[in-house]
Amino acid sequence: MIKKIFSLILIFIPLKAFALIEVDITRGNLDPLPLAVSPLSIDEKSRLSFEEILLKDNIGSEISQIVENNLRTSGIFNPLDKNAFLQAPDIAHLKPRFEDWNLIKAQALITGKVNYTEDKLRVEFRLWDVLAAKEMMALAFTTVPTNWRRVGHIISDKIYERLTGEKGYFDTRIIYVAEEGPKTQRIKKLAIMDQDGFNNKFLTLGNELVLTPRFNPTSQMVTYLSYFKNMPRVYLLDIETGTQEVVGDFPGMTFAPRFSPDGKKIIMSFANDGKSDIYTMDLENRLVEKITNHPSIDTSPSYSPDGKYITFNSDRSGYQQIYIMRSDGSDVKRISFGNGIYGTPVWSPRGDLIAFTKLHKGKFYIGVMRTDGSGERLLTENYYQEAPSWSPNGRVLIFYRETKTDSKGEGFSAKLWSIDLTGYNERLITTPTDGSDPSWSSLLSN
Amino acid sequence: MRLSKIFKNTLLVLMACIVLTACATKKEVETQTTTSASTTEAKTETEKADPIEPIAGQMQGDVYTGTDSVGYLAEGVKDRVFFATNESILTTASRETLRAQAAWLRKNPDVTIVVEGHADERGTREYNLALGERRANAAKDYLMTYGISSDRITVLSYGKERPVDAGSTPLAWSKNRRSVTVKAN
Repeated sequence: MIKKIFSLILIFIPLKAFALIEVDITRGNLDPLPLAVSPLSIDEKSRLSFEEILLKDNIGSEISQIVENNLRTSGIFNPLDKNAFLQAPDIAHLKPRFEDWNLIKAQALITGKVNYTEDKLRVEFRLWDVLAAKEMMALAFTTVPTNWRRVGHIISDKIYERLTGEKGYFDTRIIYVAEEGPKTQRIKKLAIMDQDGFNNKFLTLGNELVLTPRFNPTSQMVTYLSYFKNMPRVYLLDIETGTQEVVGDFPGMTFAPRFSPDGKKIIMSFANDGKSDIYTMDLENRLVEKITNHPSIDTSPSYSPDGKYITFNSDRSGYQQIYIMRSDGSDVKRISFGNGIYGTPVWSPRGDLIAFTKLHKGKFYIGVMRTDGSGERLLTENYYQEAPSWSPNGRVLIFYRETKTDSKGEGFSAKLWSIDLTGYNERLITTPTDGSDPSWSSLLSN
Repeated sequence: MRLSKIFKNTLLVLMACIVLTACATKKEVETQTTTSASTTEAKTETEKADPIEPIAGQMQGDVYTGTDSVGYLAEGVKDRVFFATNESILTTASRETLRAQAAWLRKNPDVTIVVEGHADERGTREYNLALGERRANAAKDYLMTYGISSDRITVLSYGKERPVDAGSTPLAWSKNRRSVTVKAN
């Protein structure tokens, strides 16, 4: 579907030049790379056409604004103030005067051009290394005009990838639970938005309680928990068609669903007689398989990216702790041994780490550990926070945080936050209503 | 599209039925064990227990002992019982409440009930859903011990989704760690 919308044309195949800029994203970056995002230039005829279609005065500036915003929020780039730019956008795109950009301390420069051709939006951009006075990358995209925000995100991803050597995470979406109303009677709806908070859309009406939505690998399906008819069950929702179905036919509550990495199974918990065990259901043949069998609470399962292992939390030791096992349920091993209670383990898309929530001495932490439980690192501490979800490149975690209420029980809020794996760059993600249970999609374009 | 076709496959409904029967059999066995265990326990308690006056505050340990938020199923029959943090063990007071509920339900054999299980806000959402289910089942099992058929009881966990007290204090949390018996008809 994505391939139909976008045709990507490579103008030049960038040569791997070692002298050019490289940004290291494996450690906390206190000195983000200064770069200049020159507004995309646009001819007057194209400008007027887009103004009519998209009701935006200058679509070139709007798209470069998206790029600038993405790069800034990544925490590893520092887009410089446009007022300091000396060269006009159209001329800079043809041949930058590197001395001018060097003067304002820009190490990289992004230039571009927007056209309206045959009812399509055509965007061309170039990435320049200012110090080496060289072009690093040049690409062009053609798409339907309404896709303009995605063009901005794709450009951001290409720049991120060229400068860091790793895939970006900007052309992605977040599914989450939108919350409203008093704490004792919260109204919850499924909502979806772009990674930067734009294009927010509600997917359910709020008539029944919904929790814990998670994307499938193609990001077109969502599995979640709904209290439809007061029967808490795992559901499957097709985002494009809006059709939903109950997953399996269990005689009690099913919850904590997630997709397998190949998207063919849903893994979840089924609660019965005070015990919760982990089950999978194959979406093609509807075969249900029981994975754990223990009188304890086994829940919050998450597959390793190769599908060979499952991490989950269980209170079989007396308190909630993190375990791993083979995907057939054999070889169960506890991996969390620090002080406190551990829950919501989520396997990183790179496979090397497990993100978790930890409760210790009345504080909640989001942290990561290696898959054998070693190298525990706590990234953030708060009154209440939980449920980390990884960016598709495994560099950022999104989670939610709830506030303490005052003596009258007022002042409650739930918000989405993100933090880099390095422990730096903690950010509030603005949503139209309160939000919780975020889940990050895969990259929509590749 | 391909999925929805498969969803309608009758063979698979059959598969689901097998799972259903498997669970039902297992349930029976377990209910029996719980029943015998809690009956003996309950008896020893009634023999021993002196009525303990709740100490000054509204909590004993971290179990709520007050009356705020407590409703009534019928006159003198409290609708809820409270739990310690992370626990699903019934306290002496809880057992007394549930015995009163059972006695009333025996007198009103047409009434069916929903036992709602709840947790406080100091735990992860998914674990709390399971904990709420475990608490509601503790109450359900006790009611069954006193002669209420499982056919009349539906268990429903809300986890931490429906607190009665919006506060962020140990007292508020203790009111929220509860199972509530609600008339279903």
